[in-house]
Amino acid sequence: MTSPGRAHIEARTLREDRWWLQPLTTFVVFSAFVVYATVRAFMGRDYYASPYLSPFYSPCLGDCVEGASDFGQPFGWWPLSAALIILIFPLGFRMTCYYYRKSYYRAFWLSPPACGVAEPHSAYSGETRFPLVLQNVHRYFWYAAVLVGLVLTYDVLLAFRPMPAEYAVGDGETSGVHMGLGTLLMIANVVFIWLYTLSCHSCRHVVGGRLRHFSKHPVRYRLWTWVSRLNTSHGRWAWYSLFSVALVDLYVFLLATGTIQDVRFF
Amino acid sequence: MSYTLKLRIWRGDKDGGAVEDFPVEVSEGEVVLDAIHRVQATQAGDLAVRWNCKAGKCGSCSAEVNGRPRLMCMCRLSDFEEDETITVTPMRTFPVIRDLVTDVSFNYEKAKELPSFAPPPRDADGKRRMAQVDVERGQEFRKCIECFLCQNVCHVVRDHEDNKEAFAGPRFFLRYAELDMHPLDTHDRRELAQGAAGLGMCNITKCCTEVCPEGIHITDNAIIPMKERVVDKKFDPLVWLGNKIGIRNKDNDGRTEV
Repeated sequence: MTSPGRAHIEARTLREDRWWLQPLTTFVVFSAFVVYATVRAFMGRDYYASPYLSPFYSPCLGDCVEGASDFGQPFGWWPLSAALIILIFPLGFRMTCYYYRKSYYRAFWLSPPACGVAEPHSAYSGETRFPLVLQNVHRYFWYAAVLVGLVLTYDVLLAFRPMPAEYAVGDGETSGVHMGLGTLLMIANVVFIWLYTLSCHSCRHVVGGRLRHFSKHPVRYRLWTWVSRLNTSHGRWAWYSLFSVALVDLYVFLLATGTIQDVRFF
Repeated sequence: MSYTLKLRIWRGDKDGGAVEDFPVEVSEGEVVLDAIHRVQATQAGDLAVRWNCKAGKCGSCSAEVNGRPRLMCMCRLSDFEEDETITVTPMRTFPVIRDLVTDVSFNYEKAKELPSFAPPPRDADGKRRMAQVDVERGQEFRKCIECFLCQNVCHVVRDHEDNKEAFAGPRFFLRYAELDMHPLDTHDRRELAQGAAGLGMCNITKCCTEVCPEGIHITDNAIIPMKERVVDKKFDPLVWLGNKIGIRNKDNDGRTEV
């Protein structure tokens, strides 16, 4: 900022608006999520309240409680929490996401904290070296995120299952299709997860963005226009899905610990 | 309706300078450039300022207004409170010549390093053809007026003078992307974009997009797609394998690396 030849201005920024508010908000919310998710992921319990499975533990491939493993338990020998087996994929997807990168580079690394505000670091190499060059694997995490999205969608279908008798609050509630507040939260969550996953920049590239001749690929061009439309709100879906996934997990936790009863619609 | 604007302007040259106060009479509907011109006409006849069209189309009057990179001609005074002090400084990334005028030749040097459009031979009737849908894709990038506000705000060079040699900047990533998406171009610039132009230095914090007076989605529509194209070329083993065994489409055929 004060290199020879440039206009000599000492201040790191002359901005007078509250430029620090956005990075501070991001810092606080992301930190809170990381703390909450870490605690819940390592707990290894209270992640299943039939018929709801917490998204942090889905698919439950470790030594999970009865009813939680819809895809078997190939990692039944895993001594730690089952969440740790699969969380690496959604975590990696979000860590390498172009939107999240912008957010955490600004809020956590202050590089830069805001536009026109000098960063505190003396040297900068961007994403050219290890480990940040690994951000380029984002599309592989997107492939995994699609699979995770499918599993979470399946979980929503399972959330319509009848509840076991001990959760029933009235006569006849254990038979037939069930729907409760948990089902509704899981539907909202999976919608946000899909909006976030399908609006991904790598998705946009894969479905058609990488082409040079849209005119020769009309179907892929159409797909690209759809994803492009979603992509303009990628940041919004990133936030909404972050909140929804935590909310569903919290709801399941409260049910599983017996703190609350599921609100049942039918 | 006129009032006295509390205007501060950085004055000086490469040897030094300071922000000076210039209280000036302004009227409803005026922009910062109008106020600067009035100061020049009434108080400081030797105030250096670069301007031309006064319509946000020539990209000449780039400066920083209260620390934010703006075109002075598009910066309305009505966006500020009447008792608010407005500080105008030159762009802080480029060497200053005098007062609000900077030497932006860094950008022209970077432009020279970018291999220009290389079309294939003409069709038999002497024409070249593109489908309308392919023409439309690049139109957004053609809106660039080269005000260099994106180059100015980019922290890669704004905060690190030493990166200037290895970093072309968002304006030229826009051009790299435009050419890489061009169905008639015969050059493959992906290695060049990552290597000599320093695309990997960009950490997509989107300030270029925030300041663009033309509203070009530089990050989402140019830089990130270009980064993904570089991944195709350099980092994705599946793409490499697909090309080797011939199951990828032939979209990039006919291009030669530069």
